[in-house]
Amino acid sequence: MKTRTTELAVGVFVIVAAVALFFLAMRVSGLSQSTSANTYTITASFDNISGLTSRAKVTMSGVSIGRVTKISLDPVRLNAVVEMQINSDVDEISTDSAASILTAGLLGEKYIGIVPGADETYLKNGDEITLTQSSLVLEDLIGKFLFNKATEPTPAATTAEAAPTAASATDAGF
Amino acid sequence: MNVIQRLGRTTIERVEGIGAASILLGRALFARPSLGGVSLFIQQMYRVGVLSLLIIIVSGLFIGLVLGLQGYTILVNYGSESALGTMVALVLVRELGPVVTALLFAGRAGSALTAEIGLMKATEQLASMEMIGVDPIRRVIAPRLWAGMISLPLLALIFSSVGILGGKFVGVDWLGVYDGSFWGNMQNNVQFLNDIVNGVIKSIVFGVVCTWIAVYQGYACVPTSEGISTATTRTVVYSSLCVLALDFVLTAVMFGGL
Repeated sequence: MKTRTTELAVGVFVIVAAVALFFLAMRVSGLSQSTSANTYTITASFDNISGLTSRAKVTMSGVSIGRVTKISLDPVRLNAVVEMQINSDVDEISTDSAASILTAGLLGEKYIGIVPGADETYLKNGDEITLTQSSLVLEDLIGKFLFNKATEPTPAATTAEAAPTAASATDAGF
Repeated sequence: MNVIQRLGRTTIERVEGIGAASILLGRALFARPSLGGVSLFIQQMYRVGVLSLLIIIVSGLFIGLVLGLQGYTILVNYGSESALGTMVALVLVRELGPVVTALLFAGRAGSALTAEIGLMKATEQLASMEMIGVDPIRRVIAPRLWAGMISLPLLALIFSSVGILGGKFVGVDWLGVYDGSFWGNMQNNVQFLNDIVNGVIKSIVFGVVCTWIAVYQGYACVPTSEGISTATTRTVVYSSLCVLALDFVLTAVMFGGL
């Protein structure tokens, strides 16, 4: 009798540990996400996806409706093709919807936001979203800002234009 | 001269000890399972694993609660409290789960193993086993070693799971982190092979080291009451030091990009 309760307790211990491993695998590391059945796949190509990773979320109006499953480079068009799984209960995404890569918070993770269009036909499994907006690259933005600053006529620029005449005047003075 | 002599003697004794411990480990691991070995093993699993469950679950819960609380108060300054789930899960699965479980295990189960085997030696049970032709390594050491090696990873898995649930309780239910971002960010950032399997590998290594030290200290102790107490202390001290040092090495190999 003593050994039977011992065996029972050890069995319970091993089962609890197996449940813990299952919990860690499924709930914590999200293994189950890759094999979820009730989804359909759509693609979108972007000029630049910098920072987007697979398993990033796909949202519409801020609500998560799916996940990025694969990111690859189109060898002909040379742009990034993002494959995403959308939950099948969200089945009325118009074909003229727009997908853009957004950032959560200032420095947070990248995710895809889909803005629905007005078309009566809906995206099906394997379709592509054609209207896309690429990831915002901070360096490009700063570069553009500096370029604009350099070209626009500022008060500093006008004084700089006036300066050579003054300089030539002093030259003449010498 | 006396100091140098003593230093040399201590060094030789330590090297001898390492050698003896390695031989013991090899003999115990590759021993043919003795008659009724499975039931001996299960009995040790009960004593080493099941009886450690309570302290593991309670400690895991409280460490998870503290991680949730501390992580929240730090992350909320940067407006990124949605990363709380990731932080709690990674810290527990990669580091605290294996390490704290191993430290608790050394204190709870390792010391008991040393004292038990040491007392068997002191009361000459081991010697009488040899006398009647039973190999004490197969009969006493091997089941305990295997039980420790197998139950520590299982305990670490339970510790991490309970800790994550504790962190979820504080973060989500108490402090109001959004449930979806807690689990979603965790699932995005925790990888099964990289994080969870590496954590399990760590705890297997710790299991081998902790039980090995415990069993050897008991087997090699001076068979007096003072010798047993010294051996028990040594088990806890050596196990803790080895676990912490090995943890650094393993982390450097697994996550440090070496």
